[in-house]
Amino acid sequence: MSDTIRLEYEVPGDDFTRAGEASSDVKRLLKKLGVAPGAVRRVAIALYEGEINLAIHGGGGQIVVEVSPEEVSMVLSDQGPGIPNIELAMQEGWSTAPDSVRNLGFGAGMGLPNMKRNADEMTIESEVGVGTTVRMTVRVA
Amino acid sequence: MTVREIQPILDATVYCEGTSFDAAVKTACGSDMMSDVLAYVKDQSVLLTGLLNSQAVRTAEMMDMLCIVFVRGKCPDESIVQLAQERGIAVMSTRYPMFAACGRLYENGLKGGENTDV
Repeated sequence: MSDTIRLEYEVPGDDFTRAGEASSDVKRLLKKLGVAPGAVRRVAIALYEGEINLAIHGGGGQIVVEVSPEEVSMVLSDQGPGIPNIELAMQEGWSTAPDSVRNLGFGAGMGLPNMKRNADEMTIESEVGVGTTVRMTVRVA
Repeated sequence: MTVREIQPILDATVYCEGTSFDAAVKTACGSDMMSDVLAYVKDQSVLLTGLLNSQAVRTAEMMDMLCIVFVRGKCPDESIVQLAQERGIAVMSTRYPMFAACGRLYENGLKGGENTDV
């Protein structure tokens, strides 16, 4: 029997109020499993930032989370416009978010850098017009 | 101070008490940008914000905060209060603007916390 728990979520692109439901669900599961609070918070922040990005930039997308005794791995995929310049997107404060998104409290250009800060490993694959996949790992053991 | 003691200091309306109304809080942060709260806040227990949407509650949840105070007289709707209640987070609203609300809490002993820019 595998010790890994796999969770899958669909993030809607047209309902900003629901963004964060997946992160909330994962956070509660990790707390229930007795994962160290610091690791729980790092997963929650990284995943929530990514989930908001899916809703804002990706037009919605998919999240797959795998929880093992050693680590939490997260894959966030969208079929949105893609990121033309990943290096630029990783710079704090750089953002393409419109004012409508800033009025919702996001779009300050902190999302990707903050995900990287909270994850132990992070990679981004993106193709313009095809979509973006972000992979993150947080070690919990 | 406790979460409960914030209410008279800000002459606030309490919408829900959450699960830690009598817990001690030492630090708070004030921001309308949830991006900044997620990126810079470390261990603050109280969020003061003028951002009135469900993501303020989600952000507080991710950051393990115990209380949200909506400033400038903003009143949360039922869905926001319900989400906060489900997550055990207290919700209040004060007529004071951000600067004055933060100042009143600071004057009464609540600090900004260390290693934070917000």
